[in-house]
Amino acid sequence: MSELRTIIETARQTGDYNPLLSALPYGNFMGYRAATIDGTVRLTLPFAETLVGNANVPSLHGGTVGATLETAALLQLMYTASGEQLPRTIDFTVDYLRQSRTEDVHAEAEILRAGRRVANVRMTAWQSDRSKPVASGRGNFLLA
Amino acid sequence: MDPVVIVTVPHAKELGITVIDMREGFARCRLPFDKRLVGDPTRDIVHGGVITTLMDTAGGTAVALANVMPQATLDLRIDYLRPARPQQDLITDAECYRTTRHVAFVRGTCHHGDPDDPIAHMTATFVIADRPEMAARPSQ
Repeated sequence: MSELRTIIETARQTGDYNPLLSALPYGNFMGYRAATIDGTVRLTLPFAETLVGNANVPSLHGGTVGATLETAALLQLMYTASGEQLPRTIDFTVDYLRQSRTEDVHAEAEILRAGRRVANVRMTAWQSDRSKPVASGRGNFLLA
Repeated sequence: MDPVVIVTVPHAKELGITVIDMREGFARCRLPFDKRLVGDPTRDIVHGGVITTLMDTAGGTAVALANVMPQATLDLRIDYLRPARPQQDLITDAECYRTTRHVAFVRGTCHHGDPDDPIAHMTATFVIADRPEMAARPSQ
């Protein structure tokens, strides 16, 4: 699908990943927004009632926080390492650090190493206070 | 058994995740293919985040079926063993194979119907509600 490649390439040039997120059904479904600041892609998951995992606490479903970490890694890799391809996840680990609240989630990823084929990425997710992360992630991704 | 909708978990309900088999310490959950969840339109397969959500949901359910109350996921690792096939339902088998006073240990797989041909493997731990009955026991 060359159309997707064009969208990825345009996003890399402009740093604006919102058109790509709109072109991915799951990106639309989650309502993701992105902003690139000083070379780092910040992904935001806007709060919605459908994202709740535990209605009694209430808190977000852990899977939605994990998905946000993984997506932040994929966007950062596309911006700095993987060209026009969507990277593929080899393995992904999420550590849940705090109970999430029913608020927006923000996530950023740091590429610790990008080789020719494999990249290692660390991610962090937070809500209103960046110094109190709700989750951290790490993963290895296939670039080609 | 008839599929059981996990009504107490709004996001699982939104994704259409149901429990299709259960026994003590074990849950099998199904996520029907849904175009809204596609993460790679070039291959028409769902986003990895959906598999994370399915694995977490099945894992927590397996813990509850081990007769302890899961309070939160502590960590969860997923290894992707092979690509998913396009437009296929996802099934996750999760087994809570050990519980201690504070922690439950879970392993699981994700597949398209054949557990011997897994797409992904999961390892996870959950914090569980305190079990004071275990306090008097010598630590293991």
